[in-house]
Amino acid sequence: MRRLPPWAALVIVSAVLLLACLASIALGSREIDLAGLWQVVRGREDEHLRQVIAAREARTALGAVVGAALAASGMLIQGVTRNPLGEPGLLGVTSGASAAVVTATAFLGFSGGAATVWVALPGALLAVLVVYLLGRPAGSHSVVPLILAGAVISAVLYAYIQAMILTRPDVFDSFRHWVVGSLAGASYATLGAVAPALVLGVVLAAVVAPGLNTLALGDDVATALGTPVALLRATTILAATLLAAGATAAVGPLAFVGLAVPHLVRALVGGDHRWQLPIALVLGAALLLGSDVLARVIARPQELMVGVITAFLGAPFLLWAVRRGKVTA
Amino acid sequence: MNTSSRTTSSLRLADATVAYGQRPVLDGFDFTVPSGRFTAVVGPNGCGKSTMLKSLARTLRPRAGAALLDDKPLGRWRSRAVAQRIALLPQDPVVPEGITVKGLVARGRHPYHSPWRQWLPGDDEAVSKALSATGVADLAEQGVEGLSGGQRQRVWIAMILAQDTEYVLLDEPTSFLDVGHQVDVLHLCQDMRAQGRTVLAVLHDLNQAARYADQLVVMDGGRVVAAGQPADVLTEELVAEVFGLAAEIAADPQSGTPMVVPVHRR
Repeated sequence: MRRLPPWAALVIVSAVLLLACLASIALGSREIDLAGLWQVVRGREDEHLRQVIAAREARTALGAVVGAALAASGMLIQGVTRNPLGEPGLLGVTSGASAAVVTATAFLGFSGGAATVWVALPGALLAVLVVYLLGRPAGSHSVVPLILAGAVISAVLYAYIQAMILTRPDVFDSFRHWVVGSLAGASYATLGAVAPALVLGVVLAAVVAPGLNTLALGDDVATALGTPVALLRATTILAATLLAAGATAAVGPLAFVGLAVPHLVRALVGGDHRWQLPIALVLGAALLLGSDVLARVIARPQELMVGVITAFLGAPFLLWAVRRGKVTA
Repeated sequence: MNTSSRTTSSLRLADATVAYGQRPVLDGFDFTVPSGRFTAVVGPNGCGKSTMLKSLARTLRPRAGAALLDDKPLGRWRSRAVAQRIALLPQDPVVPEGITVKGLVARGRHPYHSPWRQWLPGDDEAVSKALSATGVADLAEQGVEGLSGGQRQRVWIAMILAQDTEYVLLDEPTSFLDVGHQVDVLHLCQDMRAQGRTVLAVLHDLNQAARYADQLVVMDGGRVVAAGQPADVLTEELVAEVFGLAAEIAADPQSGTPMVVPVHRR
């Protein structure tokens, strides 16, 4: 069971993130070679190159932030539910954001674009709030009612979404792009809009991480070790919701990032959430940027949506996680 | 440990009513944990032993009355401050997937951390002391899931030692272990007491309780029916009344402590 020391794992994933950032700036329908990159670093690039780079910088920044947020959110959810298959969608983040986008398109003449974030973010937060109020464990500390409430609310919202997109072609058209998740059209304005939610989410995540270490030992041991279990649970769910809602509002639902990255993180550094958080943030950023680069180059000169890539990469992870769970159970 | 400076410390339940749902298990219950002793709590199933232990460890809250640490209700202490003084090993703690022995024991240090100090310089030393005191230092890097029941219980006790508290509460620490490992755990309890800690353990085996603990508390129907030194407490009348068992009390050939020998059926 010997592993790398956690700091070494952090150095390695940071190096991977750096490479992913460089690739994300350099690769795309117009490639920039090393000499070009060097010019950029020296500040002597031509005007066209400067614009391409500026667009890719925003895209890279948003991709990194969203990947980091989704991974951290998944880690928190898996920690607080003690369920290795947990992910932010469990609590209604994805269905809430989707239902809000559909509603705005159908009834408010909303046409997508940069303003989507202001529709999706409140939608996601509202859905999780309803799930929490319905499934809040009364007396017992079990999270099962919460997960059931999440499943029920998601089912209802998806039924509503289906009804809308089947009856309204305009809704169908704009929604089908959003629902896959894409970094195309990323801007600093979008990043700025979700930044407060994400920053608050990361700060709360750092506060709850040690408590999650005790919660993993059972509620009684956690209490005996000085963890206020009910408060910890509520705070963790709030942090995970802010992170996932911010990310989803910015780029649409991205399948599997929140589910798969925490598994990789545990394989790297084990179950200590104090180390899991920084590693998840860095690795999530690196994986999403890597997927986005792949999405840009795989069907050149066209580009795929990054959500397609994460789904394709994530599915094998899910399979692996399920099988691994079966073996150790 | 800093117990010497707190000679006046006390942990007790005062007029406490503790219930699961409607039915109170303990009703107007008074009990003071004997300070500096290894106390065994015995009694028939469902008599409220575990409930008492959990109330003292703050994992159950009394509906009326209070659990008091140094005469201040546990609910008015900061959580971490209580956890620096009272440790609990419940009956069925969860072993997280893939955790190492060292990783599990290190979690005992949590009460000393805070959101802005998530590691402390003394952690490593406390963990390695706990590992060697319980004889599991060789297993430090191994996975807990692969250990035997007896080894696992040692690891949990190591976690409690890393927590470095003056009160140690153990809920049936010997259940599901073979007799060799049961005695191992009881020796560890005696060691903890010798270090100046107060140990309170729920036990099932009356003979082991009488032999290894220096105080015996007998509970029945949510009340303490007898308490004191095992030789004074464990009588034929008490065993008949509390456990419904006709038995003779003999002297343990090794330790001279009272030993319950059930009457032979003819």
